[in-house]
Amino acid sequence: MSITQVLFFFLSALALGSAVMVVISRNPVHSVLWLIITFFAISGHYFMLNAQFIAIVNIIVYAGAIMVLFLFVIMLMNLNAETEPQKNKWMKLAGVVSGGCLLLVMVAALKEAEVKGQTTEMVTGNIGLIKNLGQALFTQYVVPFEISSVLFLSAMVGTVLIGKKDAKEQN
Amino acid sequence: MNPVLLVIDWAFLLEKAILISVVIGLSLFIAMYETYAERKVAAFMQDRRGPNRAGPFGILQPLADGLKLFFKEEIVPNTANKFLFVLGPSLAMLTAMMTSAVIPWGSSVEVFGRQVNLQIADINIGVLFIFGVVSMGVYGIMIGGWASNNKFSLLAALRGASQVISYELPMGLSLISMLIITGSLKMSVIVGGQVDSIYYVLLNPLGFFIFLVCAFAECNRTPFDLPEAENELNFGYHQEYSSMKLGFYLFAEYINMFISSVVMATLFFGGYDIPFVSDAGLVESIGQNWTALIQCLVLFLKTGFFIFLFMWVRWTIPRFRYDQLMNLGWKVMIPLALVNMVLVSLLVLTGIIG
Repeated sequence: MSITQVLFFFLSALALGSAVMVVISRNPVHSVLWLIITFFAISGHYFMLNAQFIAIVNIIVYAGAIMVLFLFVIMLMNLNAETEPQKNKWMKLAGVVSGGCLLLVMVAALKEAEVKGQTTEMVTGNIGLIKNLGQALFTQYVVPFEISSVLFLSAMVGTVLIGKKDAKEQN
Repeated sequence: MNPVLLVIDWAFLLEKAILISVVIGLSLFIAMYETYAERKVAAFMQDRRGPNRAGPFGILQPLADGLKLFFKEEIVPNTANKFLFVLGPSLAMLTAMMTSAVIPWGSSVEVFGRQVNLQIADINIGVLFIFGVVSMGVYGIMIGGWASNNKFSLLAALRGASQVISYELPMGLSLISMLIITGSLKMSVIVGGQVDSIYYVLLNPLGFFIFLVCAFAECNRTPFDLPEAENELNFGYHQEYSSMKLGFYLFAEYINMFISSVVMATLFFGGYDIPFVSDAGLVESIGQNWTALIQCLVLFLKTGFFIFLFMWVRWTIPRFRYDQLMNLGWKVMIPLALVNMVLVSLLVLTGIIG
């Protein structure tokens, strides 16, 4: 096995294992920490595809900002393993059945998909480098890019509006 | 399967391993003597003598402090989350050490007929790498504060996290204004654009100021040291820590200070460029290795100035109140950074700078 393959299997195992740990951890803080490890493993995959920009942005935005806010809320609310509400047996069973159904549908859908014949470009591809990515975003995909930025802006304005105290209340 | 991938360049590995050890050793050594310098600067500003017992001029004081921390009893509180309690300081130390990987410490030296670049990794996303590692730094504080299972530590950790997140935004915006001028995220290109040319601080002074203030906040230094505000929070997020685990937290702060000084010197003050001297001419007259050595020294001089600035500010300006800190971050720094970004991009677009 080449080094690339060893790294690929290691990162895949890490990503899947820590993703499972997110779900089965009792303590919410542990779940968040496992999720951060999952993001790192996924960033490692991006690095292997030579998509350096996406890899580092994944770390900055998800692991560095969003997960900090998650952790923030969980720590402030002081959620512990003891205070976590325990679902009853039937709820758990229903969860397993519906999750299994979803898995079945996804396997059935992806079984015939055209991914088997395609090989990924390992290390050699350069679309993920910041220069090529910027060029693609601002020429070929400029309209969806701008529309999504407007979406983000409206979300930000909405958040400020909700977070703001009522003008009458303040006076 | 590609057999080429299995061939390992041992000389390359050795070169990088030596470089990494030297950089890590140097950062630890400098962080050690920063503690000494801080006490001396504080003493000077308050008209005292400072440490002067251990060795001549108290020069062995950091060693004595380190030994003291090692010999202290290691206490893990009963109610603490044991694993995370140890993970906290380790993470703080790890993230503090990682940034130095992308800093160019000098141009290059020739050893045994081999060109050795004085930069551990010249990656395409150099500036973003620093930013990513900085955004990871907050986990050390948060995990440590939470795992202590103490209300004061938790409050201090939450303060620290919200402060770091708030000041990351203007820092990122001021970096964007820098990148508009440089046109590259590579650290080597950013320094190369300043060698024998004008320093970026002159092109983007407001950006530098914003970056400086945010660096103070990111390092939890006064006037932004609210996570360790001892008169409100007993001792801050490391209240339950003792022995070397406490030492790691304190040490990480000093390493952060050193690294952010290096980053500021590199991004805005020409990095290893020797001011008023043509570097290319120097290579011809005294040789490549000596030039690299002088460049390294110049970088450390610039860094030393910023470290002094950190200490100067610490003993001059009192601590902010928490709401003042948040107001400054969100209502002053972010709009200022946005205005600066638009201004710089207009100037670059019209061809006045850049």
